Amino acid sequence: MKVMKIDETMVEKVAMLSRLELSSSEKEQMTEQLNDILEYADELNELETEDIEPTAHALPIKNVFREDKVGESLARKDALKNAPQKEAGSFKVPQIIETDE
Amino acid sequence: MLKDYDITIGLEVHAQLDTETKIFCSCSTEFGAEPNTHTCPVCLGMPGVLPVLNKQAVEYAIKAGLALNCEITDFSKFDRKNYFYPDLPKAYQISQFDLPLCEEGYIDVMTDEESVRIGINRIHMEEDAGKLIHAQGGESLVDYNRGGTPLIEIVTEPDITSPIQATAYLKKLKNILEYLEVSDCNMAEGSLRCDANISLKPKGQSELGVKTELKNMNSFKAIEKALTYEIKRQRKLLKEGGKVVQETRTWDDEVEKTFSMRSKEEAHDYRYFPEPDLVPLEVDEAWLQEIKEEIPELPKARRERFVNELGLPEYDAEVLTDSKSIADFFEAVLEEYDDPKTVSNWMMGDMLRLLNEEELEIEEIKIEPVELAQMLKLMDDGTISSKIAKTVFEEMFNTGKKPETIVEEKGLKQISDSSELEGIIEEVLAENQSAVEDYQAGNENVIGFLVGQTMQATQGKANPQLVNEILRKKLAD
Ligand SMILES: [Zn+2]
Repeated sequence: MKVMKIDETMVEKVAMLSRLELSSSEKEQMTEQLNDILEYADELNELETEDIEPTAHALPIKNVFREDKVGESLARKDALKNAPQKEAGSFKVPQIIETDE
Repeated sequence: MLKDYDITIGLEVHAQLDTETKIFCSCSTEFGAEPNTHTCPVCLGMPGVLPVLNKQAVEYAIKAGLALNCEITDFSKFDRKNYFYPDLPKAYQISQFDLPLCEEGYIDVMTDEESVRIGINRIHMEEDAGKLIHAQGGESLVDYNRGGTPLIEIVTEPDITSPIQATAYLKKLKNILEYLEVSDCNMAEGSLRCDANISLKPKGQSELGVKTELKNMNSFKAIEKALTYEIKRQRKLLKEGGKVVQETRTWDDEVEKTFSMRSKEEAHDYRYFPEPDLVPLEVDEAWLQEIKEEIPELPKARRERFVNELGLPEYDAEVLTDSKSIADFFEAVLEEYDDPKTVSNWMMGDMLRLLNEEELEIEEIKIEPVELAQMLKLMDDGTISSKIAKTVFEEMFNTGKKPETIVEEKGLKQISDSSELEGIIEEVLAENQSAVEDYQAGNENVIGFLVGQTMQATQGKANPQLVNEILRKKLAD
């Protein structure tokens, strides 16, 4: 499999999805670095994996559970401590409008 | 059913699992708490924390899968679904993407004497998001109490062909989840939520039409109305040569229309990838067996028991088991009054009628099962007539008072004293001379009329059997 080369348009899209604002020099830098990373990861493709089961996790463990018992939650003032804006015991954010225009 | 188009509907139901704690942390899932009092570093998405899966939530999800005839996958995993929205503190939702816990189930649904099998494509587990409250001044307040509540998402195949079928499916699904006690299915509190995909295609065309996704329906009625509206809207568009746009539309219950939710963002790109903080989930045969044994009697089995062991007609059994709460009420009455058909008649007749009229759920009824039993006993021992019983029942329904109290307060005791009745009957006969003559001329049917007149004269309190006896005696004289 050939690695798809990342261009600046894709970097812009990923940045938008991640809500990151990149300057044009940053975009250039990211394009280069992301391509480097993919190229590096691409080395894995040289391995023969035909007969290897797909892995879902890096560790050979499964079924780690908690019992359904209520534990301690944060005090509200602590929960809200990092909030840039708060009101009425809640986090305050700009409204996102998703209805008709 | 449309003459010119085939309707294709698929439903996605989110049901909150009725666990004590959230899916990946030990915060309480209690409804209605003060905002942001049930949060912790895990469900707030602080860096460096580790989610740990709630075993009870998994067992509830498996139970639902089994009861909905699904295959339980022996190996599944969790994935991150990435998107930005303020109700999602991590900017991703932990969900299941390519290896859901349950697959390929179905529910058989009856509409208009026709049984239809609605396929269930998958059931997967995920965490709920927080709640946004829109405040004034273009800002929103976020409460993360609900964030991290365990959900199952139940996705049907596009097998549904009418709004009525859709609601029939939902009622049945809700009923099964309630029987299992894995979700309280309270639509008003949002513990059961439904989105719908709907498209039309010209009759005979095999390829599906362009679909829209409908959101924000908060009751079965709203779902039926939204689907009906959307069918009309799409049909009109198509007939006029227009095209349906693939989009999400929100239902407005007040104006009864769907509206496009055109978001300024680009189309969602969720970039799913395996959740590295959670290890895979394996369900072996022994565990599955354990869970199977915990599954209680389901509606179908209960219905069959009502027919075979209690001797109820099929129809009664169907109606009574249609909701777990109604069936529970019914069986609670039976514990005090062992005549299934009589109890069924009262519940299916007066009780469901009154509940319907008042738009109440059985959970809100003021009558206790034992009180219905008491009322039936009052009828049996002759304290009240069957006619008066209806009045007493309505009063019990409206006020929640005990039947004895109502009979006492309203003076509804049956008149079973023959001397008192004889006097009243004399008067009735005197006022209805022509009927008396008809009877004496051989028309015995007028006896019914005279009984009716006597009942009316006593506001229904006379013992009808006694009235009948006295009348016959007097008319024979
Ligand atoms: Zn928490």
